[in-house]
Amino acid sequence: MQVPENQSLPAHREWIVSVSPHVKSNETVAKIMWTVVACLMPPLFLSVFIFGFQVLIITAVSVVSCVAVEYVSQKSLGRPVTITDGSAVLTGVLLAFLIPPGVSYLLPVLGAVMAIYIAKHLFGGIGFNIFNPALMGRAFLLATFPVAMTSAWLPPVEGLAIFSYFGAGVDAVSTATPLAVMKEQGMVAFTEMFGSGASLYTSFFLGWRPGCIGETSGFLLVLGGAYLIYKNYITWHTPVAVLGTIATLTWIFGGESYFGGDPLLAILSGGAILGSIYMATDYVTSPTTKTGQLVYGVGIGALTVLIRLKGGYPEGICYAILLMNPLASVIDNFCKPKRFAGPAGGDK
Amino acid sequence: MKSLLTFLQGGVHPPEAKGQTAALPIERMPVPDELEIILGQHIGAPCEPTVTRREEVVEGGLIGEVKKGLGVPLHSPVAGTIKAIGTSAHPMRVSAPSVTIKVDHEAARADYQAGDWQQLAADELKKKVHEAGIIGIGGAGFPTHVKLSPPRDAQIDQLLLNGAECEPYITADHRQMLEHASEVVEGARIIMKILGVTKCQIGIESNKPDAIETMTRAAEAVSSADCTIQVQGLEVKYPQGSEKQLIQALTGRKVPSQSLPSAVGVVVHNVSTAAAIYDAVACSKPLYEKVVTIAGKGINKPANLLVKVGTKVSDIVDYLGGVKPELTKIIMGGPMMGFAVSDLSIPITKTTSSVLFLTEDEVDTNPHSACIRCGWCIDACPMGLEPKEVGIHVEANRAEDTARFGVFDCFECGSCAYVCPAKRPLVQFVRLAKMKAKR
Repeated sequence: MQVPENQSLPAHREWIVSVSPHVKSNETVAKIMWTVVACLMPPLFLSVFIFGFQVLIITAVSVVSCVAVEYVSQKSLGRPVTITDGSAVLTGVLLAFLIPPGVSYLLPVLGAVMAIYIAKHLFGGIGFNIFNPALMGRAFLLATFPVAMTSAWLPPVEGLAIFSYFGAGVDAVSTATPLAVMKEQGMVAFTEMFGSGASLYTSFFLGWRPGCIGETSGFLLVLGGAYLIYKNYITWHTPVAVLGTIATLTWIFGGESYFGGDPLLAILSGGAILGSIYMATDYVTSPTTKTGQLVYGVGIGALTVLIRLKGGYPEGICYAILLMNPLASVIDNFCKPKRFAGPAGGDK
Repeated sequence: MKSLLTFLQGGVHPPEAKGQTAALPIERMPVPDELEIILGQHIGAPCEPTVTRREEVVEGGLIGEVKKGLGVPLHSPVAGTIKAIGTSAHPMRVSAPSVTIKVDHEAARADYQAGDWQQLAADELKKKVHEAGIIGIGGAGFPTHVKLSPPRDAQIDQLLLNGAECEPYITADHRQMLEHASEVVEGARIIMKILGVTKCQIGIESNKPDAIETMTRAAEAVSSADCTIQVQGLEVKYPQGSEKQLIQALTGRKVPSQSLPSAVGVVVHNVSTAAAIYDAVACSKPLYEKVVTIAGKGINKPANLLVKVGTKVSDIVDYLGGVKPELTKIIMGGPMMGFAVSDLSIPITKTTSSVLFLTEDEVDTNPHSACIRCGWCIDACPMGLEPKEVGIHVEANRAEDTARFGVFDCFECGSCAYVCPAKRPLVQFVRLAKMKAKR
């Protein structure tokens, strides 16, 4: 093709040719991931105040391990390295959030290998994993280090002495999580240990209770979730379906008699808020349509309550989400978006 | 002002970017020395040239005709001499048969006088539309006389004029409505007479309040009991100007999959097409000029230009003072559905509504990554499809399975690719899927 002689054009310029559309929104995968990471920072810092400084070290170890494992995995599998897209960092933060605050620093490293190498890159990398990597990491640690993962709990520090546990033997101070107390010792012991009434709900909602690193502060987790909803990164469907189902089923089946359970306590005392807002809404492992997300959320809530009340573990949201993960694509097959209009002869 | 209407599902809000040219009056560009008129301007069979080399033509003279199949004749935009019958660069087809005309700058410009069209019967009006080579100049390029001949069993009860102009940057229709409101309205009356309907709605996006006001005044001036023309404001949402979405916004009716608007009793024309119909019927002026928006940060003087069909992009660039060095992408059409070109010798056709010269910060050049199944494309799709599924199937070599997902309902508006955080070329996937599924 001859380019016409043209005085007003720079010589030998090349222009990009690509398919439409030529303008795109400024949302990117990396931006989404980093935003979620940012939303998880307030609960992390509160956790440092509640459980002490080693929480920050565990999280740092977890994040660094996840990024390192991602780099090594992508290099060894011959794929482009994408450690800057924030997804490995996010997995690292979430993995740290799912383990007790008093564990050895070795645990997040092993969890990262399971989460990133096996659960993510062996499945095909970002977008192809069937199971939520962070939860796979936690499930693996729970099966491998059952004692540490179920007993390294710390009571909330009094008076913000964030270095009090630093270097101390965990066994000397370990405690039990509210759900475990409730399951194994009953409501009376629970009330003795954590109190009751409005002050109990308030302290649980703010995060002043034993638990995993990131699950305790319902208030800050909900705040971050509200921001994500405001940014349209997640919608209310999944969290509301999960929490609503947990509350309803606990109220019906979770008490001494039918309709005698405490729905609010059920939501506040375990990992339900963290799981419903930050794990169940993981794009890759959840359904894509709103109706699908509602079905999925109800399934997660029902399985959570089933495991909590009838299963061997006091907390069930981790396994509930992992069990629903492979069903996400099945749900997608049944919950299709509404088509604009059917073929001719359909609705007018 | 009545409340704003819009379509019910999907849609996106790209930056409108119309500020560069919205206030610039339509300017007639001087005729360059040479025009290249592509013979296949419209959807359907391309024209066969009716002229030979060295033959002299007059402005508005016939230079091409469709011998068989669907199509409209082609006219010379200028007086001059046929220089060659060969091929020209084309944004979509790489090269296409064309007629090159050497312009005679000495010849007087043709002078068209408006006559009275009210005396003509509907059939005669339609014949004039066909003879003038009118096609949908909003971009689709569908021969207009075919749209004016709906199937016998269709009960057409109203005409819709599309003044949405939802693509970013483009202001050609906007200026037409401001400067030629009465021609648009007269055009609407002609179409209404041909179709035998008494109701017409003109849909205009609310980001053009001056156009809404001007058009409302023009419409009220000619409306009567047996011919009501109403202007209706529309919400600013892309793709508001898509035919099916516009019909839903203005009438609440849904055109079924694989059907034409006549199935739900409406006919849709672009406002500029209506003005061209007025020119053709009242003034006997064939369609050979086009208002084209030239915009983007990469061109020195943005403008709304009235250019002759066949004017090369390079001539326009020369006239507007050249391009800036930071120019990265040239697009024929809008940024959402237009075609990127790499060659400035491409001529303007009847369906070119804009040529955009975009710089690095205006276009997206991010590489794409794997689908993360966020579902944003599903929320954005105005047809309720699942663009991600099409992409995943095409990548897995299962394109023939995508017909199930309604891939043929897709009109490639680009909303899904616009919102995709992984920057996947979803429109390209759809095109591949359509090609493979047709086989």
